[in-house]
Amino acid sequence: MSRTLFFAKRNTLEIIRDPISLFFGVLFPVLLLGLLSLINSAIPAESNMTLYQIDTLAPGIAAFGLCFLSLFASMLISKDRGSSFMLRLRTSPLRSWEYIAGYCLPMIPMAMVQVLFCTLAAIAMGLKSTIHILSVILGLVPTACLYIALGLLLGCVLSEKAVGGICGALMTNLAGWLSGTWFSIEMIGGVFEKICKILPFYPSSQAAQALLQGDWMLALPNIGLVTLWAIGASTAAILVFIHHH
Amino acid sequence: MNAIETKGLTKKYGTKTALDGLNLTVSQGELFALLGVNGAGKTTTIKLLSCLMSPTDGTALIFGHDIQTAPNKAKALLSTSPQETAVAPNLNVRENLELMAGIYGASCKDAKEKATEIIEQFHMEEIEYTKAKKLSGGWQRRLSIAMALISQPRLLFLDEPTLGLDVLARRELWTMIRALKAKTTIILTTHYLEEAEALSDRIGILSGGKLTALGTPQELIHLAKAKNFEDAFITLAGGAL
Repeated sequence: MSRTLFFAKRNTLEIIRDPISLFFGVLFPVLLLGLLSLINSAIPAESNMTLYQIDTLAPGIAAFGLCFLSLFASMLISKDRGSSFMLRLRTSPLRSWEYIAGYCLPMIPMAMVQVLFCTLAAIAMGLKSTIHILSVILGLVPTACLYIALGLLLGCVLSEKAVGGICGALMTNLAGWLSGTWFSIEMIGGVFEKICKILPFYPSSQAAQALLQGDWMLALPNIGLVTLWAIGASTAAILVFIHHH
Repeated sequence: MNAIETKGLTKKYGTKTALDGLNLTVSQGELFALLGVNGAGKTTTIKLLSCLMSPTDGTALIFGHDIQTAPNKAKALLSTSPQETAVAPNLNVRENLELMAGIYGASCKDAKEKATEIIEQFHMEEIEYTKAKKLSGGWQRRLSIAMALISQPRLLFLDEPTLGLDVLARRELWTMIRALKAKTTIILTTHYLEEAEALSDRIGILSGGKLTALGTPQELIHLAKAKNFEDAFITLAGGAL
């Protein structure tokens, strides 16, 4: 096992042994899914409101839930930065790219498990089990990379307290409100709609919803846009991380 | 080859000189204590020698490797036990030890074997599977030092290793440190003068960023014309009796 994998294993254990991570990573999206499904069951069928139907809701929440990866990554990095443990690691032969890989590697499987949990819960709530669920899991990898990169970036520059506020409150609210999962952005329209379509949150949930329907033509442009954001955020995160080390 | 060789090692923060032209040689296997009052330059010296920062001027070699041009070669030979307990809190004792062994290049199998060895050596069998954050201060300190030693470093920096420990735990650590002498070069910083006197081969006293005295405890007492080591330290560190 390489140095990076030893470090990645440590980061995995630190995250999965933190009950807050388990709550936000696994339970919270499932609770949200259950709550909104309950609301949906109270909406009369004749209203033709499809937003909270499970096949629209589940991929949207799966995409939204990934924003908690930013919180996990940034909390871990900012906590490490302020500790003597990091001082010890910095006198070891670990290089900058090994730190970055060590922090990011555990997050990808965690993201996949998180999406899987969300879709399994959705199946239990009535979502049809199809092969397209696998496409959703894979199609959300760029979204996961984007949030991991944002976590790395914010963890490098913010204190542990500030990270809780920025990633825990601001980012999750942005990711939620601008994703089109809670309400239709077309309903508001105008500048708001344009901003939502430029930022990565709405395209992420659109891609996930399209993939669940097997509509690759609609999914690909959205995945492309999210990938561009992910590349930009990763580049910024790597440069800032190396500068700080 | 010497463990440490510095020539005119200097570190400035803006207009403030934290370390001023340090010339120092530490032999292999030596236990060298670095003493000084707060702000004397001890931490800056340790940070420079452990490749955590670059000097403003001068050079430092760790077993012949320049800290500026070959920091990774130097880092592979050294290890630190910082003043605050430096452990991964959610990992248990064994996991912390295996992590450090792995980071210094051990394979998975070797890391497990090394962890088993050091757990026995430090008598940590009863806490092997306890998370680091649940250990008492004394056990955490012991784990922190064990983590520094698992890579079998040729040079070990011990920063205030017995700070906050009770008398029994401190004496136990002294025994461990003595057992390391000769095999490992140790740089010790401490505020406990009796600790430095009891353990060190040589002592360097820093004052205002300059090395003001260097020698064995007896030589320093003689140099300061003092009755004991504490009086000698106060004289040589620039204080008044």
